[in-house]
Amino acid sequence: MIKKKTDDKEQWFLFRANLRTKTIIIIVLSAIVIVSILISGSFIKEIPTSFVNANQLPSLEHLFGTDWMGRDMFQRTIAGLSLSLTVGFIASAVSTLISVILGLFSSFNRFTDEIVAGIIDLFGSIPHILLIILVSIMFGGGTMGVIMGVGLTHWTPLARVLRSEVKEIKTKEYIHLSENLGKSKIWIAVKHLLPLLISQIIVGIILMFPHAIMHEAAITFLGFGLPPHEPAIGVILAESMNYLSSGYWWLAFYPGMSLLIVVLLFDFIGESVEKLLNPETAQE
Amino acid sequence: MNNKQIIKFFSYKLIRFIILMIAVAIFSFVLLDLSPIDPVSVYLKGAAVSEAQRTILEQYFGVNVPLHTKIFHWLVDLFQGNLGTSLIFRAPVLDVIIQKFTASIVLMAISWILSGVIGFGLGVVAGKNKGSWIDKAVKVYCYAIQSAPSFWVGMLILMVFAVYLGWFPIGFGVPIGVSSNDATFAQWASRLVLPTLTLSLVGLAPIAMYTRNELIQVLSSDYVLFAKSRGEKGWDLVKNHGIRNILLPAITLQFLSFSELFGGAVLVEQVFSYPGIGQTAVAAGLQSDVPLFLGIVLFSAVFVFIGNLLADISYYLIDPRIKENEFND
Repeated sequence: MIKKKTDDKEQWFLFRANLRTKTIIIIVLSAIVIVSILISGSFIKEIPTSFVNANQLPSLEHLFGTDWMGRDMFQRTIAGLSLSLTVGFIASAVSTLISVILGLFSSFNRFTDEIVAGIIDLFGSIPHILLIILVSIMFGGGTMGVIMGVGLTHWTPLARVLRSEVKEIKTKEYIHLSENLGKSKIWIAVKHLLPLLISQIIVGIILMFPHAIMHEAAITFLGFGLPPHEPAIGVILAESMNYLSSGYWWLAFYPGMSLLIVVLLFDFIGESVEKLLNPETAQE
Repeated sequence: MNNKQIIKFFSYKLIRFIILMIAVAIFSFVLLDLSPIDPVSVYLKGAAVSEAQRTILEQYFGVNVPLHTKIFHWLVDLFQGNLGTSLIFRAPVLDVIIQKFTASIVLMAISWILSGVIGFGLGVVAGKNKGSWIDKAVKVYCYAIQSAPSFWVGMLILMVFAVYLGWFPIGFGVPIGVSSNDATFAQWASRLVLPTLTLSLVGLAPIAMYTRNELIQVLSSDYVLFAKSRGEKGWDLVKNHGIRNILLPAITLQFLSFSELFGGAVLVEQVFSYPGIGQTAVAAGLQSDVPLFLGIVLFSAVFVFIGNLLADISYYLIDPRIKENEFND
């Protein structure tokens, strides 16, 4: 191979940094944005209505404009994002738990491995959005429905990764040694397998997160998720559908854009962490 | 490839298909049975009835029948092709699904082809000119569109083309007051453009990113280096050594995207009020029309299975390496 000149690494503005420094800066900046959304969102309880200022264009006073009740769209968006993030956190936690349990369960023997593979196939055979609707109907809709709907359906990619990792680790000699020493399957799974899976799990959670938020918004938009009086992004967007033909573009544009940015931030964090944890790319 | 292998392949797939369908049928049925939906109140829609009539209805819907009997009846009916009667449309579920799906298949097929062709093209152009402004533009676009909710993209397109520019009608499959049979082709087509555009714009991102990354990898391989040293260059080099290698996995990937295509159609049809299978699914879910919703779930599973099957077949037909050792394990 001829060494190619790559400018990629010199594009970093301010100063030339290696991947580790870049990643840490990206993570810190993104984390600051996300945490500040969460904190400020929790302070927004009552958004004052004023019908005098209804349906105003975005201005310095109202960054994202106002809606039909004169509420400030910027405040509603932040509150909605923090609600979506909270739902996303809980749902990701549920999903991660399921995929770790299933991943370790697949290590017991051939039969359990087949069961796990079958469950993954079953969940993969129905379009994701219908599956979420199905689960959320089962829990009777509402907040509980959307959390469980998103949480119980996002574990498949991570479970698939964990299952193949487990298969690989199980061929190692020290696993056989442990088995011969009479250690139980659960002991081996927790003491030998789980520690090696930690980095995959961390990356899996972070990459699962943006999907969870987007699906939460989609389900709420369709009307299955959070109730209409909650300030969720999906609710805001569904409401703004009624004002599209009146030309009130800011009602839909800014909340969706904010959601996009939050999702992108998580994608960046996930990819950077993945690079850092992967020994092949960590030293670039 | 001989006939015996083909029969073996398809019988294996058929058995898998049957097992999967039974699993999906039982799974979705149990989930909906556990839900707090009361079929009698859904059927009555709030109409007042006497206790006696309610008991008759409860008997009719089998409210107090144990779960395993219900599942058994459901599977038996399913084998006979009887999916029940939709509570919203008051018509056989199968008829409703077929009618709505024909509207959706046009939308999905056009956007599937468009997103595949455009995505592949963009990926090739971006991969060939790695690091140039066009590569960066494609990358930024793909990242942004993959992070954007597809229904929001649809709303933006609706705002720009239908509201602001006024080129297209705002929604509905046919104009209000015209029955779907009387609508002219132009009326159908004008309402199809924006949903198709949205689905294509959203769907081309994964295929473009995949093509770009694969092409870059192929172009940095040793045999491309050798070809370059032989004097091949420019578009011919990409065509002879790059595209031949990446076209087939890209086609397979596109077949595997049937699940996302269906999901995208659900959201986009809702935004554009397009009377397809996705909008029907949402209506069935919101109004607790259990038979229709179960039917659509089953139907979507068939749809996704067909996509995966086509992907397998395309792999098998196209890649000589797989032909040799597919059935040896």
